[in-house]
Amino acid sequence: MAIMQFREAIRAAMIEEMERDERVFLIGEEVGQYDGAYKVSEGMLKRFGPKRVIDTPISEAGFAGLGIGAALNGLRPIVEFMTFNFSFVAFDQLVNNAAKIRYMSGGQFKIPIVFRGPNGAAGQLAATHSTSTESVYSYFPGLKVVAPSNPDDAKGLLKSAIRDDDPVIFLESELMYSMRGEVNEDPEYLIPLGKARIAREGEDVTIVAHSKSYWIALEVADRLAEEGYSAEVIDPRTIRPFDFDTVVQSIKKTNRCVIIDESNPFASVSSEVAFQVQQRAFDYLDAPVLRVTAKDTPAPYAKNLIEYYMPSADAAYEACKKVMYVD
Amino acid sequence: MASKTRKKQQATQVDQAAGQPNGQVVQLQVPSKPIHFEQTFETYPAGAYTHEELGLSREDLLAIYRNMLLQRRFEERAAQMYGKQKIAGFLHLYIGEEAVSTGAAWSIKIGHDSVITAYRDHGIALALGMTANECMAELFGKIDGCSRGKGGSMHFFKAEKKFFGGHGIVGGHVPLGVGIAFAHKYKEDGGVCLTFFGDGAMGQGTVHESMNLAALYKLPVVFIIENNQYAMGTAVWRAFANTEFYRYAANYNMPGALVDGMDVFSVMKALRKYVALAREYQPSVLEVRTYRYRGHSMSDPAKYRTKEELEAKKKEDPIIRLKSYMLQHGLSTNEELDAIDADVKKEVQASVEFAEKSPLPPLESIYEDVYAQPDYPFLA
Repeated sequence: MAIMQFREAIRAAMIEEMERDERVFLIGEEVGQYDGAYKVSEGMLKRFGPKRVIDTPISEAGFAGLGIGAALNGLRPIVEFMTFNFSFVAFDQLVNNAAKIRYMSGGQFKIPIVFRGPNGAAGQLAATHSTSTESVYSYFPGLKVVAPSNPDDAKGLLKSAIRDDDPVIFLESELMYSMRGEVNEDPEYLIPLGKARIAREGEDVTIVAHSKSYWIALEVADRLAEEGYSAEVIDPRTIRPFDFDTVVQSIKKTNRCVIIDESNPFASVSSEVAFQVQQRAFDYLDAPVLRVTAKDTPAPYAKNLIEYYMPSADAAYEACKKVMYVD
Repeated sequence: MASKTRKKQQATQVDQAAGQPNGQVVQLQVPSKPIHFEQTFETYPAGAYTHEELGLSREDLLAIYRNMLLQRRFEERAAQMYGKQKIAGFLHLYIGEEAVSTGAAWSIKIGHDSVITAYRDHGIALALGMTANECMAELFGKIDGCSRGKGGSMHFFKAEKKFFGGHGIVGGHVPLGVGIAFAHKYKEDGGVCLTFFGDGAMGQGTVHESMNLAALYKLPVVFIIENNQYAMGTAVWRAFANTEFYRYAANYNMPGALVDGMDVFSVMKALRKYVALAREYQPSVLEVRTYRYRGHSMSDPAKYRTKEELEAKKKEDPIIRLKSYMLQHGLSTNEELDAIDADVKKEVQASVEFAEKSPLPPLESIYEDVYAQPDYPFLA
């Protein structure tokens, strides 16, 4: 184990997989000479050379499509989006080509590709630079979507994503890149996609939260513990496929569920989790499933407004108290 | 990775690290005199080439003739089957454009080189040697179709021919062609990628991004603009400020050429040259002028053009042109060519019977081919 920043864990995963498999390469804006817009790929150009760490012009649709074509023809690309907000310029490439060519070809082609980069709001960046894209990409059969909350998961999940034969959307976070944590250094340390992690065991309420929201969940669990309530915190880690079984098992014990999701609320990850929970665990629920999300608006710029926009620990705490019927 | 290769790559990287090409300090200057810009584009007109100079034997010519005719007869039958509601969805016919697909297929190493195209894809599929059976069965939505009934007319694929589809979003597949070429270069396997698209795709940003990336990274790709003069019902002059598409090559520092797509010899002459250039990592843009006789799709009566225009174009028909050429040069006889036609018709008729008999895909196959992962937990 070593202490690493989130960005270092992602870099370590990429380096290990590029050392292991010559077909893996990294392409994107500023990934090479600039050492990465957020320094995730720092030193990688020097290490692997320009054949395998490739700077691009600002042409998201072009280089995303280039990656998919390369995957169709036998390579295993890692495509970095400077942020997933810019992936919308390449939307057709992701949702039509990456997601559907395997299907439309009757399974003749596999598309082993990872699209990775920061996702979601990162402070006062205003509306176009603050989108949470997990529910958008999870909508599309053919894609897998991963959203880790800590450096160790980031490394183990990214390595699995790179080795996966399906296209994976790998969602990071600007605000988490500097977060430190213990990371497993075993080059064969792989965390399977589609498996949730029970981060904390508890009896009174199940909190489901991924990526940055996971840290809100832990904070809320601490506050509840001070009052004598024990929350079970589940980090799904993978959004598609989602490990509903682990959530349902937990609810069978706690009979209550709160979802924290920094997406906008309509047709979001939290919508689907709430639906699946009522379908699979209706008889076990002692209270309606509640969720804490971003506001149903674009992300604002002003400091007070963006703070108000984001899901807060206070709101999540209140939601937990509400489903436990204690005030 | 071999350590030798890494040393070589690191050396290249040091050059790049200087920030400017070869470490020069580049200053942006505005010259005092007007800038004149000149560029030469090769042309490949119809009727300008002989089979001898292309090195084609009588047998080659008969095979080329048969292949173009197969595409024509296949699609004529497909149109009939559409009328009988055996084929559904969109059906875009290639009739009139067969010299482009056949000429291209005869200019590459099929199965080694790659091909990708848009939704008007039956012609190139048959040109690459896909069978009429698997193509017709796909149109019928049957399990023996080339895409197992999951793709239909617009989404033919064949991995063993390195045919990467059949794509329905205009311009959306062009970056894939660049990526396929990127992989050829990365693997150093000597392959090139022919990337076909229509005149309509020239309005899509992806095409221009693709051209820039291919030229920037020096990728083994030939961009082939099949200019059939109409994007659905919109004539090129109604959609583009510059309708001389070959000229776009100059914007991306690539060679460009203008090719008559109604003569298979012209297509082959041009393709051979630019495929060879691509093998040396020089991408290019070919505008191939052609014409589709039918409407955009089966529902299109093509009222946006005159009968006279269509009749004039039919006089340039690529299949009739080759037939006349062979007869004039004593390379074949009417009897022999009629026999080929009869044989092709038989093959196409057999494909209809094959497609009729092929089973529908089983309902459980709906969950197959979505993911490579065999036990993906689909939501019920």
